[in-house]
Amino acid sequence: MANKTMIKAITDALDQELARDEKVLVFGEDVGKNGGVFRATENLQATHGEERVFDTPLAESGIIGLSAGLALEGFRPVPEIQFFGFVFEAMDQIAGQISRIHFRLGGTREMPITIRAPFGGGVHTPELHADSLEGLVAQIPGLRVVIPSNPYDAKGLLISAIRSDDPVVFLEHMKLYRSIKAEVPDEEYTVPLDKANIVKEGTDLTIIAYGAMVQEAVKASDELAKQNVSAEVVDLRTVSPIDEETILESVKKTGRAVIVQEAPKQAGVGSQVAALIAERGILYLKAPIGRVTAPNTPYPFSEAESDWLPNKKDVVEKAQEILEY
Amino acid sequence: MSKKIIDFEQLKKFDDEFKPVQLLSTEGKLLEPDWKPDLSDEELVELFKQMVWSRTLDERSTKLNRQGRLGFYAPTAGEEASQIASNFVMEKEDFILPAYRDVPQLVLHGLPLYQAFLWSRGHVDGNKYPAELRALPPQIIIGAQYVQAAGVALGFKLKGQKNVAYTYTGDGGTSQGDFYEGINFAGAFQAPAIFVIQNNGYAISVPRSKQTAAGTLAQKAVAAGIPGIQVDGMDALAVYEVTKEARDYALAGNGPVLIETLTYRYGPHTLSGDDPKRYRTKETDDLWVKRDPLVRMRLYLESKGLWKQEDEEAYVEQVRAEINEAINKVENMPKQKISEYLKNTFKDTPAEIQREIEKFEEKEAK
Repeated sequence: MANKTMIKAITDALDQELARDEKVLVFGEDVGKNGGVFRATENLQATHGEERVFDTPLAESGIIGLSAGLALEGFRPVPEIQFFGFVFEAMDQIAGQISRIHFRLGGTREMPITIRAPFGGGVHTPELHADSLEGLVAQIPGLRVVIPSNPYDAKGLLISAIRSDDPVVFLEHMKLYRSIKAEVPDEEYTVPLDKANIVKEGTDLTIIAYGAMVQEAVKASDELAKQNVSAEVVDLRTVSPIDEETILESVKKTGRAVIVQEAPKQAGVGSQVAALIAERGILYLKAPIGRVTAPNTPYPFSEAESDWLPNKKDVVEKAQEILEY
Repeated sequence: MSKKIIDFEQLKKFDDEFKPVQLLSTEGKLLEPDWKPDLSDEELVELFKQMVWSRTLDERSTKLNRQGRLGFYAPTAGEEASQIASNFVMEKEDFILPAYRDVPQLVLHGLPLYQAFLWSRGHVDGNKYPAELRALPPQIIIGAQYVQAAGVALGFKLKGQKNVAYTYTGDGGTSQGDFYEGINFAGAFQAPAIFVIQNNGYAISVPRSKQTAAGTLAQKAVAAGIPGIQVDGMDALAVYEVTKEARDYALAGNGPVLIETLTYRYGPHTLSGDDPKRYRTKETDDLWVKRDPLVRMRLYLESKGLWKQEDEEAYVEQVRAEINEAINKVENMPKQKISEYLKNTFKDTPAEIQREIEKFEEKEAK
């Protein structure tokens, strides 16, 4: 076991799955010799060869369409979309094609594809690099959407995604790539694709978050602890499907829920979680559900990022509002 | 003022380099008497029978649609040389990615006819493909199959399997980004894909001249660095020969080929309300009917003593019986279940969907 960054945990997962299963292929823009723009595929081509890890022409729809064809021929493609903000180019191949092939063919064909992509704010990217678009893809039937919040989960979830026979969008928050280190086992292991994680137990309030917002939620719970508030933090880990039972059990215990997402408020994952609690757990509630989100605008120009992104302070304020209701 | 160094008009002249390949005259005579198709007499008859089968299927499907016994239908009459002769080249282990008008090729590639009818009617069992059927169902999103074909072809190349992926789109399809991405990816990977553009002159109502300033669609291959060929799409022998040579070329490791067939659909775009009189003239229709692919091939076979009118009458009867059997079968299929839809949405069913399945199963049991 060693202390590793999330990017290193991701590289390890890819390396081990490439070694374990010859049907696994890793490809995308700059993933070969260059090792990816974030070095997530560092040395993988040298280790596993140019037929298993390769560069593609620069076209997102082509990359995902290529994955569909390769999956039909028995491969397990792990394509990379260089930044998830570029995904709009590939939306038909994701939403219209690979996610519904199992359904369209009446269960007779599978699409074991894992689409990896960096996303997320706070690292001063140009436009259309940082957007949180998980809500768009979470709405697609037949597609799993995974967002790790730490190095340990990143490795285990990515291995599960690659081994899954369903298509998976695996979103890697850029700010988490190198900002935190954690114990990551050297050997292979899996983290299930349908289980939320209770990061911190508490009794007064449940904070539900995912991706980089888990850190803000944990910081907020530390702050709240100083005010004698015991906040439970739930990390969704997968935003489709959502682990409903873990959320409901927590809300049943605490009676209060604050949902945190980096994405704008409209029609996102937080709305889904709020609807779930309203639908199946409204009688547990002592106060209205609170939501902490980004404003309903496109992702901001980078100098305004820190004003736009939700943070610990926003979570604490929303928690206090709910507690005082 | 200095003399300009660029001749812009010259730079866009590819038109002369893409002339349609034609082997059979409209009277059914070989244009080059010394050239012989690489097909036995039996194969020539079989190719023509498949074209008659397709024409008969089109006539019957149109009637069945009018009677409400079939659903979505995109007519195929006029395109038999383009569709059937290109498909005739392919082997069972080759992979077809058809568009919605390419149901005849799909059936000839191995999809049972009753399943094609189920697909038309909107029943999922039409798409439950046998494991050995190397195909995707007809593509609805124009051009999406082109990038997927590049992937299948790359899969063959990586496995060292001697097969091709072959796919179809129309003239309108060549305006899509996926069209270009598909031929470009296959070219970059030197993957064995055969891309067929069936240029029937109209994307629903929009004429070919409004799709692009390019003089031919075959020349779009130039930008991808792959061979592009234009062929008389009403000439089954020419389509067969061009596709055969293209397949051999791709299998030899030379990468993909783009083929543009010049063809025509006699009927509307689909039977869902399209009226070609709004955008085509009778004169144009008549011009193409004179080039009919069946007439031409029939004259050729008759001149060789391989086919007679009685043969055709008997064969058409046989095909009609086969169609009747298939349509009767689909009218007795069990009703579809939403619970089964839910089961097929994910391979590993998530808990929330499992709850929905149980809810629907309870309803369906009533």
